[in-house]
Parts: sequence; C-alpha cells; structure tokens
Amino acid sequence: MSKFDDVFKQSLIGRLLQSDRAGTWLLGALLALAVLVPFFNLVIPADSFLHLPTYLVVLMGKYLCYALLALALDLIWGYCGILSLGHGAFFALGGYAMGMHLMRQIGDRGVYGNAELPDFMVFLNWTELPWYWYGFDNFFFAMFMVALVPAALAFVFGWLAFRSRVTGVYLSIITQAMTYALLLAFFRNDMGFGGNNGLTDFKDILGFSLQSDGTRNVLFVLSALSVAGAYVLCRAIVSSKYGRVLVAIRDAESRTRFMGYRVEHFKLFVFVVSAMLAGIAGALYVPQVGIINPGEFSPVNSIEIVIWVAVGGRGTLFGAVIGAIVVNYAKTYFTGAFPEVWLFMLGALFVISTLYLPKGIVGVVNQYRERLAVKNSANKPQELSS
Amino acid sequence: MDNAMTLPRYIFRSALIVLLAMAALAQADMATDSVVQGAQIESADSAIEASAEMSVEEVFAELIAARSTSAKTDTIQKIANSDFPQAQTVLQALQEGELYYTKAKPPVLVFAVNHPDGYSISSALNGEDLGVVGLRDVRKVSINNALRNLLRGLLAEMALRSESVDVRLQAAKNLIRSPAEEYLPAIEKAIANETSDKVLVSLRLAEGMININSDEQTKRLAAIEAFSDTLDSDVMSLLAGMQIQDADGNYQESDEVVRLAAAEVLRDMKAQAQLYKIVENTFFGLSLGSVLLLTAVGLAITFGVMGVINMAHGEMMMLGAYTTYVIQLIMPNYIDYSIIVAIPAAFLVSGLVGIIIERGIIRHLYGRPLETLLATFGVSLILQQAVRSIFSPLNKSVTAPSWLSGSWEINGALSLTYNRLYIIVFSLVVLALLLFVLKKTFVGLQMRAVTQNRAMANSMGIRTGWVDALTFGLGSGIAGIAGVALSQLTNVGPNLGQSYIIDSFMVVVFGGVGNLFGTFFAAMSLGVANKFLEPFAGAVLAKIFVLVFIILFIQWRPRGLFALKGRFVED
Amino acid sequence: MSAVPKPGYHFEEMQSMLYLNGVTKSFDGFKAINNLSLDIAPGELRAIIGPNGAGKSTMMDIITGKTRPDVGEVRFRDSIDLTRYDEAEIANLGIGRKFQKPTVIESLSLWDNLELALAGNRSVVKALFHKLSGEQRDRIAEVIELVGLAKRAQELAGNLSHGQKQWLEIGMLIMQEPELLLVDEPAAGMTDQETMETAALLKEINRDHTIVVVEHDMDFIKALDSKVTVLHEGSVLAEGRLEVVSANPRVIEVYLGR
Repeated sequence: MSKFDDVFKQSLIGRLLQSDRAGTWLLGALLALAVLVPFFNLVIPADSFLHLPTYLVVLMGKYLCYALLALALDLIWGYCGILSLGHGAFFALGGYAMGMHLMRQIGDRGVYGNAELPDFMVFLNWTELPWYWYGFDNFFFAMFMVALVPAALAFVFGWLAFRSRVTGVYLSIITQAMTYALLLAFFRNDMGFGGNNGLTDFKDILGFSLQSDGTRNVLFVLSALSVAGAYVLCRAIVSSKYGRVLVAIRDAESRTRFMGYRVEHFKLFVFVVSAMLAGIAGALYVPQVGIINPGEFSPVNSIEIVIWVAVGGRGTLFGAVIGAIVVNYAKTYFTGAFPEVWLFMLGALFVISTLYLPKGIVGVVNQYRERLAVKNSANKPQELSS
Repeated sequence: MDNAMTLPRYIFRSALIVLLAMAALAQADMATDSVVQGAQIESADSAIEASAEMSVEEVFAELIAARSTSAKTDTIQKIANSDFPQAQTVLQALQEGELYYTKAKPPVLVFAVNHPDGYSISSALNGEDLGVVGLRDVRKVSINNALRNLLRGLLAEMALRSESVDVRLQAAKNLIRSPAEEYLPAIEKAIANETSDKVLVSLRLAEGMININSDEQTKRLAAIEAFSDTLDSDVMSLLAGMQIQDADGNYQESDEVVRLAAAEVLRDMKAQAQLYKIVENTFFGLSLGSVLLLTAVGLAITFGVMGVINMAHGEMMMLGAYTTYVIQLIMPNYIDYSIIVAIPAAFLVSGLVGIIIERGIIRHLYGRPLETLLATFGVSLILQQAVRSIFSPLNKSVTAPSWLSGSWEINGALSLTYNRLYIIVFSLVVLALLLFVLKKTFVGLQMRAVTQNRAMANSMGIRTGWVDALTFGLGSGIAGIAGVALSQLTNVGPNLGQSYIIDSFMVVVFGGVGNLFGTFFAAMSLGVANKFLEPFAGAVLAKIFVLVFIILFIQWRPRGLFALKGRFVED
Repeated sequence: MSAVPKPGYHFEEMQSMLYLNGVTKSFDGFKAINNLSLDIAPGELRAIIGPNGAGKSTMMDIITGKTRPDVGEVRFRDSIDLTRYDEAEIANLGIGRKFQKPTVIESLSLWDNLELALAGNRSVVKALFHKLSGEQRDRIAEVIELVGLAKRAQELAGNLSHGQKQWLEIGMLIMQEPELLLVDEPAAGMTDQETMETAALLKEINRDHTIVVVEHDMDFIKALDSKVTVLHEGSVLAEGRLEVVSANPRVIEVYLGR
C-alpha cells in the first residue's frame, strides 16, 4: 500500500494533487461513480431495492456533462477573468458535431428511408448532402470535429477580441452576441442543421443502440472519466507558471503586459482549450439526451453556466463541478415539484450568490473550516490551563 | 472636446431638418385635399338619366324573375342607371351575395345576414327589419363571374358620382383593376368634372387602361402618356408584358411605336419606383432604428453613464408594456387615450422598480461590473416569473388606438404608416427630453457630476447615493416608456424584454458608451442597415449580418463609434 | 541565460539610452504632451518633476507603448524606434515600468510575483512547461532580500502594506533585468523613513541600471541627488541640478505662482 502511495505521489497526477485535497476527493468520487453506477444499474437485478434505475444513470450523466462545461468556464473566468456569456455556443457546436455523426448513423432507417440524406433534408426536398456534412459518417472524423469546430470558432473570435483588447463587460456582451447570432443562424432551415427541430431520432453509436442500458452506462462512465481527465488537465494548467500568468492577467492585465507577456496569446490559448472542453461536454451530452437543437445556443443557457460556477465558487475548479451538480439537481427537483417557484429560485440564487457568497459554496465551506480551526486553537490553551 | 462633438451634432441637425421638411410637405398635401372637399360637386344628377318608365318594385320583381345572365345584366343596368335611392346598396348586396328573395307571393327582395336560426332579413325597398327566417324560406339572387365584374364596374361608376373625394378615389382605383370599354363615357364625364388632382390621376389611369386596348394608335399612345404619371404596379406589369418576345422574336406588342413609347415610360417608372423603394426602406429603417433607440436609450443611461450592466433592462420594458395593458383594462372605454396615460404610468412603474433594484442590489456591487451583470440577470428572471404568475404566461393583446392606424399615401409606390411615423417622432421626443434633463436641469448636472468624479461630487455636498438611485430610476423609467411603444408593435408577454436586450446592448456599445448622440446614430444606422439588407438576405440573415458586423466593429474600435478619448478613460 | 543583454553592456558606444524629440500627443484637442524633448544618457539617474497635469504619466505611456504619439521621435538605445512596438515588446526590449499606483498581482505570493517578472522567454509554451532552475531560485531570493521582504516570500502580495507593495514592484522591475527603469512616484504614500529607504534603494539599483523617476516629493528628489527635469504643460521648462533648477524664476512661478 505504501509503495503504491509512493508511486502515486511521484506520478504527474500525484504531484498535481499533492496540495489539492478537494481535487483528490473529487477524482476519487468520480472514479467511484464510474464503477458503482454501472454496478448498481446493470448487475443488481431490476426488482431489487438497491437497483439504480436507468433514467437516473442518464440524469447523472447529464449533470456530469454540465460539470465538464462548468469546468471549462471556470478555467477562463475563474483564472483569467474572461467572463464568456457565450460558452453554450461551444457546447452546442460540439453537440451538433456529435449529432451529425449520429444522424449519419441512422442511414436508411429514417422515416423516408433515404440512406444518403437525413430525414429533414428529404423533407426540404434537398437532393444531395451539403459539403459540410461530408466525413461525419466516420466516427473518428466526427470526434475530431467535436473539438476542432469549437476550437476554431474560439480561435478566430478570441484572436480578434484579445488582439484589440476587448475586455470585461464588452467581451461578455460580444460573446453573448456571438451565441445569439449562432442561435438565429441555426434556427434557419437553409443552414442544413435541421432548423427549429435540430437533430434527433438517433439510433445507435458505433453499432451500439443508444436505447440499451449498456450503452447508456458506457456513456456515463465516459462522462465521469472526461470530467476527471479535464479536471487534471485544468489543474495542470493552472498550477503551471502559465496558470500564474493567467492569474496575473486577471488581477492586473496592464502590469502583466509591462512585464513583457503577450497577454493576447495567453488568453487565446486558454480560451481555445476551454472551448474544446465545452465542445467535448456537448458531444457527450447529445447521445445521452438524444437531441440537439438551436435552443442550446440561447444566451440564457450560457448565463446559467456562469451561475453554476458562481454558486460553486469560481477559481477553484472543483467548485465549478460542485456548482453544476448542485444547481442542476435543484433545477430538476424544483421544476418537478414546484415549477412556478424555479425561476424565482434561480433568480434569487443569482442575486444572493453575488451579494453574499462571492466565493460560492467552496468559499463558505473554507470559511467554516477556518473558523473551526481558530476555535480549536483557541480551545486548546484553555484545556491546558484547566 | 469640440472636434468630437461636431459630427454627431451635424448628423442630429441634418436629421431634424429632414424631419421638418417632411412635416412641411405633409401640411401642404393636406391643405389641397381640404380645398377639394370644400368644393361641392353638382355634376352627378345631370349626368344620369332616370329610368322613369318603371317603378322600383317593378324593377326588383324583374330582377327576381330574371334567370339568364343576359336578363340579369339588363335589369342590373336598369337599376344602375336609375335614380332609385336604394340602387347602390342593392347592387352592393348583390355583389357580396347578401341579396335574397322570399318565397312569398309575390316574392320580396331582401338583404339577408347569417343568423343562428337561419337568416336575419330586411327589406331591400326601405331597409325595414323583417325578422329572422329559416334557411329554406329565402333564396339567393345568384350571380356569376361575368355579372360580378359588371357589378364592380357599375358600382365604381356610381361611386364616381359620389360627393366624397375618398369614395371617388376608391372608385377610380377599382376601375383601374377592371378596365372595360363601356365605362369609358362615364370616366370621361368624370374626368371633365373632377376637381381633385389625386382622383384625376387615377381616372386618367383608368381611362388609359381602357384605351390601351383600343385599335387607334393615337389613343394608345395617349394612354401610355397618361401612365407616366403613376407608379401603379398593374400598369407596370402591363407595360412590361408588351416588351416580352416570343420564341420567334415577335414582341407581344406588335405596334413598334407603341411598344417603344411603352418601353420609355416603363424605364422612367422603374427608376422612380426604385427611388421610392429606397425612400421606403430608409423610412422602415428609421422606424426600426427608432424602436432600437427607444429600447437602448435607457440603457445608455444605466450602462453608458453609470457603467452598470443592467441585464434586467429588458424586463423594465416588459413592465412598461404590462403597465400599458393594465391601464387599458382600467379604462376600456377610452382606448384612444389610454396610451397617453400609459406613458407617464409606465415611466413611474419601471422607474420605481429600477430605484428599488438600485438601492437593494446594485448599490452593493459598484465597481464590480461582472457581478452586477449576474445579479441583475437574476432580477430579470424573478421579474419574468412574477409577471408569469400574476398575468399568466400567455401573451396579452394591447389594442392600438385608432389614431395610430392607417397610413399616409404619397403615391402608388410609397405610403408611410402612421404608427411607424409616430414612433420616429416619439423616439426623438424622448431623446430630446432626456438630453434636456441631463444638460439643462439641476438634477442632470448632479448626475453628470457624480458619474464624472464621485469623490469630488460627494465632497461638494451632493448626495451621491440619492443621485445614483435617481439616475438608475431615470434609465429604467425610459425603458418603461419604450415598453409602451413596444406594446403597440409586438405581443405583450413575459419574454418581451429578452428579445430586445441584446439589440439594445449592441446599439449602446456600437454608438460608444456614455454618448447619447452615439446611441442615436448607432440605433438609426443599424435600423437602416437592417432594412436595406433584408430584401437581399431575409430578416434573420440580415440580423445575423448586423450582429457579426458589430462583433467585428468592436475589434476595430473597442470603445464604440463615438467613444470618449483620453488617458483617463482606460483606467 | 536570458535574451536581454545584461545592463552595462554597451554603455561605451551608446549615445543615449532614451531619446525623445519633438513628441506631441493630444487628447480631444488638449495637448497632454507638447513638443517634448528629453535625452537620458546610459547609466543616468534622472528625476522628473512637474505639477499635476504636466504630462508625466502620458510621457511614461508613450515610452512604454501604451499610447502612440501624434508626432515625434522616441528612440531607445539610439537605434530602436519605440513607437513601432507594443507594451509587451517594449518590456522585452529592456524597459521596465513601475506604475504610479502600486500594481502587484495581489492573489499570488511575493515569490510568484517575482518569478513571473523573472527575465526569460515569455511564450505560452515555455510558461506551460516551465521549471525553475537553481540559478533562478537564487536570483529570486537575492532580489527579495534586496527589497527587504524575504521573510514574507510565501505570503499573498495583497496582504502587503502600500509601501511594501511599492518595493515589491521595484523588485519585480529588477527581476525583469531592464536596461531602463521608469519609476512613477515611488514614494507616494510612504513614511519619511520609507521614502529615504526607497531613495537609497534606487541609487543602489542605479549602479547597473538607467533610471527615470517621476516624483512630487522634494525631499526624495534631494536624496536622489541627480539631474532634474521640470515638466510643465507637456514640455520641458527647465533642466539641471536641483539647486539650479529651483532657482529658476519660471520654475518658481509655476510651482508657487498659482
């Protein structure tokens, strides 16, 4: 056991997590989930009270995708001060790339039985596949696009914005405009992405039926591993010197520039990485929920991501994961139990977390622990004297 | 400072001059109309020979008895040429399929209107109410398409003798649509007696539409000549049709002289129509720009002057729109005036809510713009849900006052609707009032002082907290006023604000933060750009283009079009 | 070790470290800098004084690439035209700047602050895979000792007092190994003793760096004991030793006349 400990501590991940106890817990929890959830769903028989229903597996998988998205946003907002109000766009683009692959996988099993064209294209009387759909029948090409398309958009957008030093609220507003423009564009039928209805009615992925419990569990495990992997990646980035330059940019952009750092390059890199993570989150999300439509581009969705991070605690990475899961669980619960109340709740959450919880849940917990520590140290001498 | 102010000031001034000129033109046009209406037209009586041989009852009986189209045609002609006072209503009813006869002996000609128990009928002779009868108790006086055309022409001819300019104009226009040689005498007579220029133009056009089918070249050339005064779309397609070649290279119009004359007139018309299209697009653009201006100008105060990102700005507009709706519920009998009451009411409601938000939340977040953005977004969600809970999630309809409907017709190709016209004027008035408050009043002076140097203003005894609340209230109140205007244009629903918030931010950022002239210029130019792009790209794509343009524009000028310059701005 | 040559390298053949000629910059018609000319010799310590709005900060902005001049020549080490570069490039050329308001990275430790300022390759890739060498550790330790903050190396910079932040920022400047240091009001908000210590620190640094100091505090200027340039309404009013300059009737008029 101790030997394993040593090896672990010397590995890259081990070194990263040495001073990151919360991160270690998070990774442990994710790995445990990746083992336990399939066990309780697949191995425990359906009539046992220990059995985990499949709908919960899907729901948890969905939360994990949101957690990955929140992680992506925390990387740029928490550490570099870039508040993107358009991160939903990268998520949706990744989702669409995956959706296009799944669409092509349907083949001639669609309503119109056209092996070459997805149903909505047949419906629009299109005769051939648009060029930008080429290649998406290949799984690996599609997976490549899942990361590449968001990255390319982030690169072009970020290159323009950071080079001209668009910062703060201006940047937030134009990221919002970006996702809004994409929302309008994807609503158009002529764009060739299914318009209003988006892409749906998927059948299978790599030959495995999306409806089967096995596939759903595999997707869940992949989501958990992706969150874990992304966490390690983000932790590596923010603990490097590069990460400290990001913090320097967040706290004093001008100073960083006068130290000789090309602020725009540093921002661009992290923005592109974040967009790729968001794209991957979208790609994992789509096969689990079975649909991608332009609604994912809606500016409100993007702002919700921000609130997950804010509630969890920005600039901590694990706070983003916790925030995404807590807020979404609350959303599921309240929209089910008291649909009228949910928007009041969400709105109040925004107001309260910005006014009273600037560091989010993580901040509150830390504060509590510090107070506890102070109390303990205050108690000790008393015990001694008595 | 002076250099930076000249351009927006110049643009503002020239826009005012254009508006004043438009107003002056409108005055002139209305003046000629009233002169025409004042002159009584006495020609109608002498023009028509009364058919003295038969009584009204006899002719009506003949109409009921007539079975064949030709018999009916004869009778209809008789009625039309009679001086029976009922003539016009009867023919109108006949054309609209509302003329029936009872199965009594002898049958009686009646007007029938659908009724749950059959028909509600009234006498065609004297309009006397004859009660409700069963479906099988009456029979319709049937007509076919040929008769329908005849009736339209005849009714038009009768209308040409009307004393009202509007009725005569409408009649002349109807004749243009159904040209037939038999109207020619009536039209010529009408031309000789007509005093209104507008009606005269349409009459000449109607005459031309008939003469163009004549055998005589001179008449046809004269007809084409008459066409040059108009931009009527039917005329244009007629003239264009003449130029079409068939497979052998023969023109549709075989007469070379006529065809060339037509081509020339057509060319002129097209050029003119294009010009008016541009004028119309500009007008549409300006009215869209005015909506943008209204929605953005409140934001220009809260964001531009105070630096507060108020994501609940859209919901301030929504509150204004709902205020309009509530006011209309309170005074259902005075819809025409309710909107006048709604303007100050909306200002107060939204302004008060704004002050509450400022005191309750934003005050604690000054200097943290991103946090402000999130908190106010939360407020916007709460307000939306509140409205949903109180008024239901469904859209509410706000009735437009009658004086907002209708349009100002300048010619065949150009007519400007009053609601668009009013919204342009309204937005300018709001902007002017706002400028007045900011530049000429003591409160405005305090607002400017606080935003420029808070510490200094504080030490001079200005209660900065109070001024902040008031400034924010002013911005929100103006958003409320924008909501009143929006209630006339779109559905009043909980999502009303959401659909305008991004546009408003775009306008403020494009125009340059902290500069009201910039906001004005940005709103108008974006509005016009949008409307000029629409014909080529469609509404959605046009909007996308404008968004992408602004995103790129901000790269070029991160502080907007008319940004304040200087070292101090950066920090 | 670093791309930037060690200071003191080319002092012999170089005419001037910093050379401004006929520089003008106006904001909305207001001339913040008006036909300003300035010549700083290699190895010099120059104090620049002037009333508020004399254009001191704008001058700093122009030298460091934050603001482009409307007209005029700005040259570094005789041959480099600074108007063609941006802030990061100018910093890498060897000009360090300390802000008027002390600006350190508050949520990083003092050590991290200095490490970020450490001269070296500034590329993204290098930053991602950077590891401190022993030599570099020594250098950071040396500088943190120099500015007298060694005991607090692992504390967050945000916890420092105003004066300590000033020193940390000067330390960060030294880490950058610039040939020319632009120091904007280093003594602002310091106690008398701190002011004197700061002056001594700057004179110490001046041994192998060229320094331009902008300051209000006359005691501080006296302690520096260097050539003084008086700026007024965006151009040079007088230049010379402090005793000479303070006897100049126009300088007296500007400082005391209103």
